[in-house]
Amino acid sequence: MMGETQEAPVRKQPLIERAELTKVQELVYELRVEQVMTRDVITCTPDQTMSDLKEVLRLNRISGVPIVDQGQMVGMISVESLIKALEQGEADHLIGEKMTRRYQSVRADDTLAGAVALFARFKYGRFPVVDADGNLVGILTQGDIVRGLLRQLETLWHSEEIRRYRASHIFEDIESEQTTLILRYHVKAQDFVHGGEASSKVKRALERLGAHPQFLRRVSVATYEAETNIMIHSHGGEIIVEAQPNAIKVVAVDTGPGIEDVEQALLAGYSTAPDWIRELGFGAGMGLANIRSCTDRMQLTSVMGEGTRLEMVFDLTVGSGE
Amino acid sequence: MNVADVVSSLGLEVLCGADGLDREVTGGYASDLLSCVMAGAAAGQVWVTLQAHPNVVAVADLLGLACVIIAENVRPDEATVARANERGIPILSSAETTFTVVAGLVGQGVSGASPKHAR
Repeated sequence: MMGETQEAPVRKQPLIERAELTKVQELVYELRVEQVMTRDVITCTPDQTMSDLKEVLRLNRISGVPIVDQGQMVGMISVESLIKALEQGEADHLIGEKMTRRYQSVRADDTLAGAVALFARFKYGRFPVVDADGNLVGILTQGDIVRGLLRQLETLWHSEEIRRYRASHIFEDIESEQTTLILRYHVKAQDFVHGGEASSKVKRALERLGAHPQFLRRVSVATYEAETNIMIHSHGGEIIVEAQPNAIKVVAVDTGPGIEDVEQALLAGYSTAPDWIRELGFGAGMGLANIRSCTDRMQLTSVMGEGTRLEMVFDLTVGSGE
Repeated sequence: MNVADVVSSLGLEVLCGADGLDREVTGGYASDLLSCVMAGAAAGQVWVTLQAHPNVVAVADLLGLACVIIAENVRPDEATVARANERGIPILSSAETTFTVVAGLVGQGVSGASPKHAR
């Protein structure tokens, strides 16, 4: 193998599209060589001829083999060496004379990332895989790596599908007179850094439960506006989501100053937000109007000096979700 | 057209969320009022704004927007960058005004839609 090129050509790594490869990049650090390598290694012995080698390569459709002598790996030989030998009429020469004794191997417990680096550094088609004691335990080609990664991605995809299936069938799987799943999220006052996080979590949870994108949008927009209202106007509060088979109810409650005129607050464009809040893009007076257009029913109640409670109901009709 | 195409055709700087550069762009929306964006922007759209705080990411994430373009070289803070990276939502920066960015997008065939909720 080392006979192919003596110097190790260090190729400039191509700029990889990060977006597409992130998951694969993660996997190359998780997977070990032994998880993807080929275990049934075809080998030759030093006392076989180059002509024998030709038959082994041809019949197995491979382009190189490790050379093993009495259980010990002693070298590597590839199709390039075979072609050279045949050109020079050395078909009857022994593999032992032509093989490369200084071969590059890869450890079974190395990560795929390490193996990929080796393939990039040395332009070899395959590497023998050895255990901690240097015994030959397998062989690794770039094809093995690709197949291993694809297999792993498929497994991950399957388990995600199963998780999604289980979550979306929770209401069918659990029998009761009425099943309600309650999700609770705290919202801090004036915490602009974490603003919108409760809504994001609600969205993800409902996604898991199999909600339709259009339905999800309605719930997300309304919940976000309610969360923002708690964040801007109150002393803190909670978002409570009640998921039932036929409807989602989202309740936003806060302890806070309360709303003086509920009717007026519901008018589009009416806002009590201070200027600095408006500069952040909030307080346009559209929050409650947005909520109204997204919900099937809403109820706003407020007690001055105590707090505000906003109840939003989203009906799961046929076609809008599961 | 995907986000990466928008980046190269308008000469934008990718500030974060590079994981989402392959997202498909279906249209555009421009506003600095978050509630208007919540009401008017649709999934897959580019959002052009001057806002640069973490709630921008929350809005983009909730609506499934393709990316956010922040105009006039306004820089998002660390919390915004961290959240955009976590969610894989590209935040792109332009030195131009919102008007010019939108004009550039229209020149690339990105169109807006009528607002869903008449005010």
